[in-house]
Amino acid sequence: MEKDNYDILEHELVPKHVVLSKEESKKLLKRLKVKPYNLPWIRASDPVCKRIGAKPGSIIKIIRKSPTAGITVYYRFVIPG
Amino acid sequence: MEETEYVIKTIKFGILSPEHIKKMSVVTITVPDTYDEEWVPIPFGLMDRRLGTLEPLQRCETCGERMEQCPGHFGRIELARPVIHIGFIKYITMILQTTCSECGRILLDDNSIRRYKDYYLRFKNKKLHYFATLINNIVVKKASQASKCPHCKATKLKIKFERPFSIIEEMNGESKILTPYEVHDRLKKIPDEDVELLGFDPVYARPEWAVLFTLPVPPISIRPSITLETGERSEDDLTHKLGDIVRTNEKLKQSIESGSPQLIIDEHWNLLQFHVATYFDNEIAGLSQSVHRSGRPLKTFAQRLKGKEGRFRSNLSGKRVDFSARTVISPDPFISINEVGVPYDVAMRLTVPEKVTQWNIDRLKEAVRKGPNELGGANYVIRPDGRQIDLRFVKDRNVLADQLEPGYIVERHLMDGDLVIFNRQPSLHRISIMAHQVKCLPGKTLRINPMVCPPYNADFDGDEMNLFVPQDSEARSEMETIMKVEKQMLTPRYGGMIIGALHDYITSAYILTKKDTKLSRFIASYILGLAGYREPIELSNEIKGREIFSKLLPNIDFEGKPLAVFNEEDKKLVIKAGRILSGVIDHNAIGDQKAHTLLHKIYLTFGPEFTKDFIDKLGKLLIGYLDHYGFSIGLDEEDLPDEAYANINEAIRKHLKKVDEYIEMYRKGLLEREPGATVEETLEQKIMDELNLARDEAGKIAEKYFNQDNSILITAKTGARGKMLNLFHMAACIGQQSLRGKRITRGYENRTLPHFKKGDISPYARGFIKSNYKKGLSPLEFFFHAISGREGLVDTAVRTSQSGYMQRRLINALLDVYVEYDGTVRDAEGNIIQFLYGEDGIDPTYSFGQEPVDLDSIIKDELEK
Repeated sequence: MEKDNYDILEHELVPKHVVLSKEESKKLLKRLKVKPYNLPWIRASDPVCKRIGAKPGSIIKIIRKSPTAGITVYYRFVIPG
Repeated sequence: MEETEYVIKTIKFGILSPEHIKKMSVVTITVPDTYDEEWVPIPFGLMDRRLGTLEPLQRCETCGERMEQCPGHFGRIELARPVIHIGFIKYITMILQTTCSECGRILLDDNSIRRYKDYYLRFKNKKLHYFATLINNIVVKKASQASKCPHCKATKLKIKFERPFSIIEEMNGESKILTPYEVHDRLKKIPDEDVELLGFDPVYARPEWAVLFTLPVPPISIRPSITLETGERSEDDLTHKLGDIVRTNEKLKQSIESGSPQLIIDEHWNLLQFHVATYFDNEIAGLSQSVHRSGRPLKTFAQRLKGKEGRFRSNLSGKRVDFSARTVISPDPFISINEVGVPYDVAMRLTVPEKVTQWNIDRLKEAVRKGPNELGGANYVIRPDGRQIDLRFVKDRNVLADQLEPGYIVERHLMDGDLVIFNRQPSLHRISIMAHQVKCLPGKTLRINPMVCPPYNADFDGDEMNLFVPQDSEARSEMETIMKVEKQMLTPRYGGMIIGALHDYITSAYILTKKDTKLSRFIASYILGLAGYREPIELSNEIKGREIFSKLLPNIDFEGKPLAVFNEEDKKLVIKAGRILSGVIDHNAIGDQKAHTLLHKIYLTFGPEFTKDFIDKLGKLLIGYLDHYGFSIGLDEEDLPDEAYANINEAIRKHLKKVDEYIEMYRKGLLEREPGATVEETLEQKIMDELNLARDEAGKIAEKYFNQDNSILITAKTGARGKMLNLFHMAACIGQQSLRGKRITRGYENRTLPHFKKGDISPYARGFIKSNYKKGLSPLEFFFHAISGREGLVDTAVRTSQSGYMQRRLINALLDVYVEYDGTVRDAEGNIIQFLYGEDGIDPTYSFGQEPVDLDSIIKDELEK
């Protein structure tokens, strides 16, 4: 498994991932007026999810670089699998 | 007739149960024939009178209604042996693979079943159907792996589907075909709860119903027989197919009753299965198609629905509509860009329903008096009681006109100013469909202003366009506010003006605004008058063209770079307070399909209506001026002095010599390999580069000898039409021809043509054309030129079909994606796709290049205030 102990978050192509707290998630869903499953999904088995410890049901925030907007924020709902 | 409005809430698909089929059937069909000698339907035949009626006066034997009212009734065929429904065979195999052949339970232990069931119901109750199907899929995947039934401990045998319609069970390496009877028995054993967990609704689709014991016979209104002009009658394909089924069924019945050997029975049974399968779908893989007497494959149910000519794409998505017109288009530069010229004949067929009110009663009375055959008349009058009166058959229209009062509806002819929808296929973007104002004109073609060609991508080499007349004010108001041409002048692709001056307009603008253009008072007032300019002008006989152009400009400041730079002074276009101070007007100022032009700035500053009027006036002025000026292109424009040709030849010779040197170096093995390429590739590249240089240099030399008032030079430099390269092709040198991006190498063995030595890789042997179009090509050059020309034609043909299909797929995938008011991008179910449209939330229509706003010019404008 961890052959060379490389931290994938260090890689330049992996954007910043943050697990949202309960309150933050609630606020986000209220702002967008959606149910969690209306958000884009990410599997709990995704390497990044495993690395940052995101469990099914939580929402993660992805902060990416964007060619048009500079920095852009994306959210994903963690699903089992 | 009573009309009731229903709203469709849900559509549920299921399998017809045998009971249901029996309940809705009115007759059992046992005779495979249709009519007797006197064309009377045979009772119990496929055209039995109880199935409905086709003749206008005949009454249906089941419901007693006439053709218009009787919807037709189903019959049935009682199959002597059951057959499998071909459309469900994949699901049947799947269910048999996941359930026990002995006890019928899902091959999972009770605990798992309970757990999955729990999940399934929870998702289903929350209407999360996607998740529910996920559970179904997991159950199927898990259960199909079992080798033993956890409930009754029976061993699970492998079940396979074999084309076209057999289900095979493998036992100790031996395989056995399951008969429909066996399949039915197994499916029947499965309890309702387990059926549900496999993704079926046991109320509407019990799996065993997919094994057919009775086959419904559709009413004859679904498969009408047609009488040809010769008096011959011909039956629908479905009737033919049903005939086959009944015939084999009766034969099968007979052979069973007469105790025929099993082999014979099986043969008939198999044939029955074939006929029933092709009755549903005549394009099953691994099955021969069922054909008509003439050898044409029958069109059965699946073929009726599938594909481009099927019910969905052809009849439901592609319905033909009334109040529409289609003809050839032609240009009319004297109508506004938001107008469309409609021929009188068309205007008198298309109508708009107008309610009579006290304000329009006089006009509508006049329309009724004029009647259906005079422009500005009317075709129908609808009385308040709903009776429609056809004006063609009214004896005295004056009487009817006098009867008109508020509450009547008059279907009056199309008239000037009516809003209509105008469209040209392929409708690739929203500006392929725009609203225009009608202008009734004589002639037989639809007329558009040439400046609206770019959004439609239209030209006048025979293009046809469609016109639709909206019938209510709601549609009209929507068109008025968002669809009119002037509201669609910015393209959502890059935020520039898609509508603007093109071709002659630009030539004219350049010639008019050239530094030294001076006009007489007479011609100046003539073209300004055309443009609708009504102010007094200077009494000079030498009015500068720029001044005339400036008279149309609003009070605006603009700075730009003209495309055409003929002298140093005009390097910059400067407009201050609506007057041209320096520079010329060309494609970079008023051109189409361009952002940050003068037109673009006028649009952003003064809005759509003003810009539309400005473009209209501009168009008339420029066309008027060019008419007067008399712009044309002649053969002598490509002529160069002998000195020029000598220089060009010298330049080309120089580069050809260089190529020869490269080839010599390669032969001697002295050529250095470029990184990532072989020596041969390096050589090719070097030759290509050198030959391109030769062509460019020839062009550059030619350019020096062109006059500033050379017509082609003007059109190319101002961006009106053509590129400088086209001029060089005509006057100097055509250059290297290519095939698939390489020099031409194909043909004979190691040579392109038998005129060359084998292995000759010199420029002339590989498609270099030294000549120009003016001088003419040598036969060999002409051949190479034709190769390249053909490649271009093939490429465009291939590209359009491929990109058309890609566009179709994309539109079908993205059609319900929209930007919500909060800036997020969502699909029809409310799922979020982007959290901010395009990651920056910018609508490119109103953006400035890559930036949301043109900060620089805003700051500049503010500072100057």
